[in-house]
Amino acid sequence: MTLLTVSDLHVHFVARDRHDAVRTARALNGVDLSLERGRLLGLVGETGAGKSLTALAIMQLLRQPARIVRGSIRFEEQELTTLSEERMNRMRGDRIALVVQSPKTSLDPLTRVGEQIARIHRVHRGASAAQARAKALDMLAAVGIGDASQRALAWPHELSGGMAQRVLIAMALVNDPQLVIADEPTTGLDVTVQAQILDLLRDKVVERQLASILITHDLGVVANYCDEIAVMFAGTVVESGPAQAVFNAPRHPYTRHLIGSSPDRITLGQPIRRAGPAPDLYNLPPGCPYSDRCPLAQAICATPPPRVTAGDGQTVFCHFAESA
Amino acid sequence: MTQALVLEQLVKRFPGPRRGSLVHALNGVSLSVESGETVALVGESGSGKTTLGRIALRLEQPTQGRVQVEGRDITQMSIAALRPLRARMQMVFQDPWATLNPRMSILRILEEPLLLHTRHASATRVAMVRAMAARVRLGETLLDRFPAQLSGGQLQRVALARALITEPRLVVLDEPTSSLDLSVRAEMLDLLDQLRRQTGAAFLFITHDLGTVRLIADRIVVMYLGSVVESGPSARVFESPQHPYTQALFSAQLHTRPQDRHQRHMLTGEIPSPLNLPRGCPFAGRCPLVLDACRTDKPVLELLHQREVACIRVRSGQNHIAPAG
Repeated sequence: MTLLTVSDLHVHFVARDRHDAVRTARALNGVDLSLERGRLLGLVGETGAGKSLTALAIMQLLRQPARIVRGSIRFEEQELTTLSEERMNRMRGDRIALVVQSPKTSLDPLTRVGEQIARIHRVHRGASAAQARAKALDMLAAVGIGDASQRALAWPHELSGGMAQRVLIAMALVNDPQLVIADEPTTGLDVTVQAQILDLLRDKVVERQLASILITHDLGVVANYCDEIAVMFAGTVVESGPAQAVFNAPRHPYTRHLIGSSPDRITLGQPIRRAGPAPDLYNLPPGCPYSDRCPLAQAICATPPPRVTAGDGQTVFCHFAESA
Repeated sequence: MTQALVLEQLVKRFPGPRRGSLVHALNGVSLSVESGETVALVGESGSGKTTLGRIALRLEQPTQGRVQVEGRDITQMSIAALRPLRARMQMVFQDPWATLNPRMSILRILEEPLLLHTRHASATRVAMVRAMAARVRLGETLLDRFPAQLSGGQLQRVALARALITEPRLVVLDEPTSSLDLSVRAEMLDLLDQLRRQTGAAFLFITHDLGTVRLIADRIVVMYLGSVVESGPSARVFESPQHPYTQALFSAQLHTRPQDRHQRHMLTGEIPSPLNLPRGCPFAGRCPLVLDACRTDKPVLELLHQREVACIRVRSGQNHIAPAG
């Protein structure tokens, strides 16, 4: 059953420049995503592609000058874009949770970690202090923190990066959310700890039948942990589908370029294709956003690319998805 | 081949958070890098790799041990005596943004080392900057810009150009690609490899990204908690890692070919605090193959299977950890 459907989501940053002219950065340009329970979706793309912005839009945490100008976000049969702030507040941390990249800066430095977890449970579920404390200890144990009753009393600065990330995951899961969005949850962690954290997230998704969006720029993470993948470029999902299918036979030229740039797939000394500058969101080319750097680009690419179902269940936005 | 860098039995201790406590950052590390060679220093955060890189360039003074650059012992050399040598040993840092003066143009940033280390006339310096910029594939038009106007990949190429412009014989690169996007990283690695071949300089490449190491390194040195646990030719070590830690580290690497979803050797826990060093093997606390002897006797590096490895189980061949279920 589909839990989350994002369709045709457009987010613009509208601001005035120093000459007082209105400038619009088109950060998201028609993002489509859908996700079912028990599935892990890897959202990939390079810096500025709109991965984190998509997460913030789903959480309804966009701040001025960013705003949703078009599109819909449906979660559990409810439209989030028009939900009141008060109802959205009840949703966040309860039905939808966000795990951010830098665990150390997102924990309250003046509150013991157990209390931070308990607080979320009390606020959303009206639990008593004792119930909430017990729940916090359960959650710490559930994310693999040994000696939970002692660790609950720790201050954030006493935790290692891996430990702090576990605490954030415990916070995210404390109210049994249906959707967990994890934004680069293991960037900056060591690989052996990364494996522990991702195994934990994966286990919880399967065990509790949650849906999770894993935002990352590490394609190895997606290939090993995600069921689905969505590849973003300049604020659009250019290709999406089952992770295995996309890695085996990517259909969009950008996906091929990105996957082909993975350290385990390149050979030094071979001619490599230049990445090109980051796309200019103030001045995107007409039609396909990748057209100005695509090796296959033709005149037709100045018109919006069609949505094509290609390969092994992939959805691709490209004029040449079939021929590729 | 000449040895560009020789480090002998380096020990580094820092004052700890409490009075009298010590952080044991390096515990007797030796390594060498030949001219024209890339040696990758890998390990997790807290393993001492960055400290080692800084000591190699005498940005940090070792507590014990010796540092030789191009055959000269620089361990006790005065700052003034070191200065002329600085042109021959350079560093590229992880975060270019933090190491480039935001108020200088790119041209000025690249000219700075020439002002400090050479007596070239202005026109010569500018010509050298232009030539260097071209070699690191920085467009001519970027030279008049300021760091804030450049992308991360461009900034890292500026940092590289700045390091190479004095024609150093030894370059320490501390995580030079980890802040870069995938496709930009691929370009950067290609560039680094090409420049190393052209210049014949020795590269000490510090990273925790093994995918990068496989591409660029001739030799690999694996550190754990301030000690070298395994070192040898990159191809050998990748083909058959011997130390249990190296095995676990390599198997935690995630590849992008789904058919490569292999059995991983899971490690529990994290690298212990360097405040309280274990008495025996530094890895004993997390090692799935730990024996009683590992907790009491510190293993020494032995030459086995064409690499050096410090594990008492290697000699008996009982050093292979089973895949986790």
